Amino acid sequence: MKPAKFEYSRPDDLPTVLALLADQEDARILAGGQSLVPMMNFRIAQPAALIDINRVPGLDYIRMEGDVIAIGALARHADIQRSPVIQSNIPIMTEAYDWVAHSAVRNRGTLCGNLCHADPASEMPALMQLLEAQMVVASHTGQREVPAADFFTGTYETALEPDEMLTEVRIAKPAAGTGWRFEEVSMRKGDFAWAACAAMLRLEAGQIAMPRVAVAGVGDAPMRLDAVEAILTGQAPSEDLFQTAAQTGADAIDPPETPAASAAYRKDLVRTLLPRVLSTAAERAE
Amino acid sequence: MDKIEVSLTVNGRTRAALVSPRMLLSDFIRHELALPGTHVGCEHGVCGSCNVLVDGKAVRSCLMFAVQTDGAQITTIEGFGDGDLDPIQTAFWEEHGLQCGFCTPGMLASAKELLDHNPDPSDEEIREAISGNLCRCTGYEYIINAIRSAAAKLRAADPAAA
Repeated sequence: MKPAKFEYSRPDDLPTVLALLADQEDARILAGGQSLVPMMNFRIAQPAALIDINRVPGLDYIRMEGDVIAIGALARHADIQRSPVIQSNIPIMTEAYDWVAHSAVRNRGTLCGNLCHADPASEMPALMQLLEAQMVVASHTGQREVPAADFFTGTYETALEPDEMLTEVRIAKPAAGTGWRFEEVSMRKGDFAWAACAAMLRLEAGQIAMPRVAVAGVGDAPMRLDAVEAILTGQAPSEDLFQTAAQTGADAIDPPETPAASAAYRKDLVRTLLPRVLSTAAERAE
Repeated sequence: MDKIEVSLTVNGRTRAALVSPRMLLSDFIRHELALPGTHVGCEHGVCGSCNVLVDGKAVRSCLMFAVQTDGAQITTIEGFGDGDLDPIQTAFWEEHGLQCGFCTPGMLASAKELLDHNPDPSDEEIREAISGNLCRCTGYEYIINAIRSAAAKLRAADPAAA
């Protein structure tokens, strides 16, 4: 239950971080450490080197840049959860944070670290898919943007190369009038999701426009439910429609089987949660 | 890897030490600083027993490396009160907020962070604040009573803060 040995460095600027990441074999970024350190304590992870970015100034921002909200690599969950910028521009994110871990973990953990850990039952990776966030990925040779849809490639797997670091998440502000809802069921509040469902939609002349539905905890990676979105598009909100959507959603997933929550139970949860999030989102849409 | 020098303030006292990077803050507190009041339960961030305050925020000391705390201000349970029980500890004592006592130091760290920012928390806010602390005696109701009582004591002692 103690981490294996590793080389430790604590650079004070990003170029040095990226140079070390390129130069060192098997190096990992240490931000909040709330996913990485448990894995190191279990020795599931034994990185040869840790590059601690906690003393790099200017990475903890949460700011508006035009119609985009930019969140830096060191922005911590607790600060994002309480951020007025997030609350007023991406209220579903504030709502989803009710379900993310516990206070002491949110005090240290960062959004970017959470996303790089890519736990399929974690809330924020699913939410980034829902919000169609852009991941800003940097290495010593340059920078690229990866859409959330391409970033999460599997259980604990992302599109990051070994010499790359997620430096920023960029989220376009949802259109005015968008309705939203995030709901989850887990063994205890703050635990990873047995099933989580998130929805955003707009109403145009009484019909659902641009619906987005994402789920966590019910597959190898968080995902959008394209089949559900297709059923909803252009329809008037109704309980019948949402029940049909729920069945379609349950049919579209292949949830994991665990002692605490069977695959069949997780499908039941999705069947229950989807109509709830859709009807609340429709009520909130203007 | 070579040991690295850290200098930090623990319970108001400056402490310096040479640490291996892999030394967890929880082990540093217990074994290097000889402050065994911080309890180590699960050692992977689930139980909350090892919670301490780092720069005023409750954190899991098993999920930080000691080397990361260079320059930090840390409060462990030994730093509560001043040779006597502080109001939160007194409330836990009076309200039977502990049975075996294993989770208590971590509970107190979570409670202190809550009450530092929220002098009059609702029961729901208290439950949320300690949701990351497991009590295997399951004495949660008494712990909630204790934190509610501690809030009242602190408000009475400092009406301006309430």
